Amino acid sequence: MIELVSASRCIQCNLCVNVCPTNVFEQRDDQPPQIARQSDCQTCFICEVYCPVDALYVAPDADANVVVNESTLAETGLLGSYRANVGWGAGRQKQAQQDQSFHLLKKL
Amino acid sequence: MERNQISSASDSNSIQADVLVIGGGPAGTWAAWTAASEGAKVILVDKGYCGTTGATASAGTGIWYVAPDPTSRESAMASREALGGHLAHRDWMTRVLDRTYANVHLLSDWGYPFPVDDTGHPYRNSLQGPEYMRLMRRKIKQAGVIVLDQSPALSLLVDAEGAVAGATGIHRQTGERWQIQANAVVIATGGCAFLSKALGCNVLTGDGYLMAAEAGADFSGMEFSNAYGISPAFSTVTKTLFYNWASFTDEDGTVIPEAGSQKGRSVIAQTLLKKPVYAILDKATEEMRSIMRKAQPNFFLPFDRAGIDPFTQRFPVTLRLEGTVRGTGGIRIVDQTCATAVPGLYAAGDAATRELICGGFTGGGSHNAAWATSSGYWSGQAAALYARSLGQKALQRQVKQAGTPQANKPTIDPKAVVEAVQAEVFPYDRNYFRSQSRLVDSLGRLDSLWQEVQTTGQDTSNDPTQVVQAREAAAMVATARWMYRSAIERRETRGMHKYIDYPELDPTQQHHLISGGLDQVWVKSQPIANQTEDLKVLAGVGR
Repeated sequence: MIELVSASRCIQCNLCVNVCPTNVFEQRDDQPPQIARQSDCQTCFICEVYCPVDALYVAPDADANVVVNESTLAETGLLGSYRANVGWGAGRQKQAQQDQSFHLLKKL
Repeated sequence: MERNQISSASDSNSIQADVLVIGGGPAGTWAAWTAASEGAKVILVDKGYCGTTGATASAGTGIWYVAPDPTSRESAMASREALGGHLAHRDWMTRVLDRTYANVHLLSDWGYPFPVDDTGHPYRNSLQGPEYMRLMRRKIKQAGVIVLDQSPALSLLVDAEGAVAGATGIHRQTGERWQIQANAVVIATGGCAFLSKALGCNVLTGDGYLMAAEAGADFSGMEFSNAYGISPAFSTVTKTLFYNWASFTDEDGTVIPEAGSQKGRSVIAQTLLKKPVYAILDKATEEMRSIMRKAQPNFFLPFDRAGIDPFTQRFPVTLRLEGTVRGTGGIRIVDQTCATAVPGLYAAGDAATRELICGGFTGGGSHNAAWATSSGYWSGQAAALYARSLGQKALQRQVKQAGTPQANKPTIDPKAVVEAVQAEVFPYDRNYFRSQSRLVDSLGRLDSLWQEVQTTGQDTSNDPTQVVQAREAAAMVATARWMYRSAIERRETRGMHKYIDYPELDPTQQHHLISGGLDQVWVKSQPIANQTEDLKVLAGVGR
């Protein structure tokens, strides 16, 4: 589930409030969005792909709450890792272009 | 009036369009694009955000893209006919393969970044979810479609003759109610996965089924509604391709005989009823591992974040219900335009039955993606032509909400209803493997639940989240009843419907099961042969 909206990174664009398919976030005045309905998070990770400043972290656990530490996530490269994998963001090659699934499907 | 612009009706809360599309996944966006290309004023509403909503956006998918040479086409069509219990239709497979081929080339023209294979040719059999759906959103906006995000539809509107004439809904962030009058409506709300947290599936709660049924539409193949996807036990990522290179074991590493991703998934389910099952992707070579990472980065997210190397470390797995998302049942369509039994109402994508190309067993993401783009294309085109045939004056029709208006007093918690439905449809010994005694038992409780949700179904609460969740809960109860009522009537084992009282396929039951009804659920059989009679091409809409 979504566990982090980084106050230090967030630019309050509120894109996550708009793009979340299950309406987890709530916009606030002069503050980063709030995780208002965490139990509705479907752990699809897609908010991370849209966040332009890698301020969001979705923990892999579907049901359990986990405590996360922002600096550890940043140091281990997990903050923003999915957006980097998908290849969104300036100077990145889109992952769609690098999809070599055909090598695998030949082996089936 | 300017093309594609919304006009305000006399009632300030009501807006007008030629075509209303409900649902902003692949099917809905294709429908919106073709309808707008026909010159229709189109509004698309989505419960979430068009671009991230639905099973495709977060998961990604293969697509049934087959070169139009007769040998490849023949083997593509023949490959899953037996698996599907011979309920699919060759004429539908042919036109879906044709349409999908053309649409994938459109995606290419629009700039979808297909990779190049080792012979230097574009490889067009797979679509990355975020990329595909962001492109579709951009294309429909360019075509003039008005997109309303976070705006779930709650009920259809019908005219005095019962033809569908729009919908009402709510903006779930502002709580503002909306009403859209439209000459035609396309339902593209996806299937129903009962909030199982299968990847991207929690927006798929059967809302469109319930709305369509209230307007009088019916269903086909709802017994084929027990697809389950493999995921790590702690995670939502139900992407199963790579489990073809997995060993499934006990906790101590003892291999479970016959367990597998494709043919052995039942063995995994049977084992999970007794004890935990573990997987390890130990059959993937070193070379394959890096290709896998590039092909499906979201597959590796949960592992990387949980600190597990899935190639060398065993991890517990579970099976999450994908219901009719990967099942094949859905709203019955009555002709090649994807019209439903109700005038003015069309169905596309996973909201519609996919038996026509898959029969009773899922073709996986690949067939569903092909169906979504094809049925979306046809339904949008037909809806635009139908809307034009009614003309502007139809927007002056007197309309009312479909279905019986319900009491307004919320008496039960939607979350409690959802949990009660899940207790009937999640267990492998109720849904994966079905038995008459348990189906009857479940239906008894589901019928009582239906009586209960009648008081919450049309909640006028001021909390929009509560309003939407009450409606979702009602849709899930209704969906489970069509599923299990149909399952009882198919007294055999065919496709994904595994009936332990009737373990063999019965050649006399090679027919479709049509179901419908709200207070009284009904099921009837439709001979396969009659289907071709129904397949009349309406004027102006063909391949």
